[in-house]
Amino acid sequence: MNRLLKHREIFLALAILLVLVLVTVRFPRFAQPGNLLTIFNDTSILMMLALGQMAVILTRSIDLSMASNLALTGMIVAMVNAAFPWIPIPLLMAGCVVVGGALGAFNGILVWKLNIPPIVVTLGTLTIFRGLVFVISGGAWVNAAQMSPDFIGLQRTIFLGLPLLSWFAIVVALLFFVLMTRTPLGRSLYAIGVNPTASVYTGINVGRTKFYAFVIAGAVAGLCGYLWISRYVIASVEVAGGYELTIIAACVIGGVSIAGGIGSVPGVLLGAIFLGVINNALPVINISPFWQMAISGTAILLAVVLNARGERRKGRIILKKAEAV
Amino acid sequence: MTDTPLHRRLPNRLDNPLKSAVLSWESLLVLVAVAIFILNSFASPYFLNAWSLSDLTFNFTEKALIALAMALLIISGEIDLSVAAIIALASTLMGFALQFGADTPALVAIGIGTGIACGAFNGFLVTGLKLPSIVVTIGTMSLFRGIAFIILGDQSFKGYPASFSWFGQGYVFWVISFELVLFLVCALIYWILLHRTNFGRRVFAIGNNDVAAQFSGVRVDKIKFILFCLTGLMSGIAAVLLTARLGSTRPSIAEGFELEAITMVVLGGVSILGGAGSILGVVLAALIVGLVTFGLGLLNVPGIVMTIFTGSMLIVVIALPILFRMWRQRA
Repeated sequence: MNRLLKHREIFLALAILLVLVLVTVRFPRFAQPGNLLTIFNDTSILMMLALGQMAVILTRSIDLSMASNLALTGMIVAMVNAAFPWIPIPLLMAGCVVVGGALGAFNGILVWKLNIPPIVVTLGTLTIFRGLVFVISGGAWVNAAQMSPDFIGLQRTIFLGLPLLSWFAIVVALLFFVLMTRTPLGRSLYAIGVNPTASVYTGINVGRTKFYAFVIAGAVAGLCGYLWISRYVIASVEVAGGYELTIIAACVIGGVSIAGGIGSVPGVLLGAIFLGVINNALPVINISPFWQMAISGTAILLAVVLNARGERRKGRIILKKAEAV
Repeated sequence: MTDTPLHRRLPNRLDNPLKSAVLSWESLLVLVAVAIFILNSFASPYFLNAWSLSDLTFNFTEKALIALAMALLIISGEIDLSVAAIIALASTLMGFALQFGADTPALVAIGIGTGIACGAFNGFLVTGLKLPSIVVTIGTMSLFRGIAFIILGDQSFKGYPASFSWFGQGYVFWVISFELVLFLVCALIYWILLHRTNFGRRVFAIGNNDVAAQFSGVRVDKIKFILFCLTGLMSGIAAVLLTARLGSTRPSIAEGFELEAITMVVLGGVSILGGAGSILGVVLAALIVGLVTFGLGLLNVPGIVMTIFTGSMLIVVIALPILFRMWRQRA
């Protein structure tokens, strides 16, 4: 039992199960498969964003501009769709990934070439991207009536019993799992976070790897821009306001160390699901939505406290698996 | 958070005192401020006017008060993202006390007391439990504002006494607002604290290398704890001023203040990695942010578009010296 608890993923999974059981005792319908799938679907966007953020945090950086990137890309794609409804949705989505990736590349270039600390760069681009949403839209909204039915309907299409939105999250998660555990880039992301100086001596270009991390985070934010807009069928300046910190919270709860080098894809997914379960459980057990913020704040603090205790044991860094083999 | 060295090496003052004074970060900020001031007076006929200039100060004093304490905290290598949430909680508790007939002195005491208590809580989590401050304060940010939401729900508290409103709306010398005077006094106190006392020297030492500071006999945790309390205190003061100026309390009050305060600190030349910075720079940066937002306001630029300017300014002003140095090395 003690050894089980050393693995954050298992600990988190148990915590999620505990919440599910507690709520289900009072409201048996909560734990029905249908409702659980709804919670998963609700959390899909957060999961993808948190995975993108993880890539950045692993390199000892942080991306505060993800939510603004999402809002900007979302507004662009909504306006394009409103003006040219005939453009096929897959093309629009590819466009979102490119635009989001370009915005991320802007962050990355400043971090890589000018060596400005990531927190300063993304603090600046957070406000710039958000302001640009207003500039291109003139403060107007794009609402459901202006969007084409395909644009709204795509992610709601049921495929093998799950809405496409959930499938997007699953595919993105698989891609990230492969990226993190099976590619040189993934290894570099971890290596830089564990020891940047040693990474240089092993031939890793630290700046360029950080740049790639920002591009990945930006591309994910761009994709989520389309998904967010078509899910809540409104594009406005306020979309995802303040969400950047929720994304970081999901990472932290999922065991990503803010000091870099530690974190796993399953952990981040569970961290996001934990927030999703709590948010879905509160209304069911008749707790007013006003409590939600305080409860997720407490959850973050508890997670950080547990995280710090885990890190003292020099947790799962990348080489551990290799040693075991 | 990151180990990248910030390439903004200030000239060595011993080499050539005159040259280093001219090339310093602060003189660059003065230049920017003067340029914006001149642009403003050309851009709008309503700018050069005592009342208008006095109104300008309301744009930045509350955030700048927090930025003073935040500067010390960032120099020591920590950060506090919960300051806006502290304002919300302090303001809510003041409004709550108001419902039970609390008078002005009690309201002020509650506002400031809440601020210090919240700061101490942050400080305890960071120094007592050895947790990274950026995550701790993301958590307490939700926690503090969450408590404000629990108390207030979707309501708002109104009906503050006139003597309380004076803090946010009153003028001390005919046209100079109380807020500005308070800010200048606090800036002087923080300048002395950071640049003229042992405490300030220790703050720099901790930011440069906290392990070395610990071994040289600096009580690192105690000083960091005090710095968190100071940031909380300034947030409490800002809560009193903001609540008095707006005359009402909502749980969404002061949203985004944390990022603006940090922008002022970073723009003021404080290294986000710790160990370098000056109060003069922060004061100048606060003035610049105030001038920009006010000038754009006179030109009827919407608030959200102003954020583009502050954001770009943050990046451009920090990137310029780096680009300049790279260009000089290549030449």
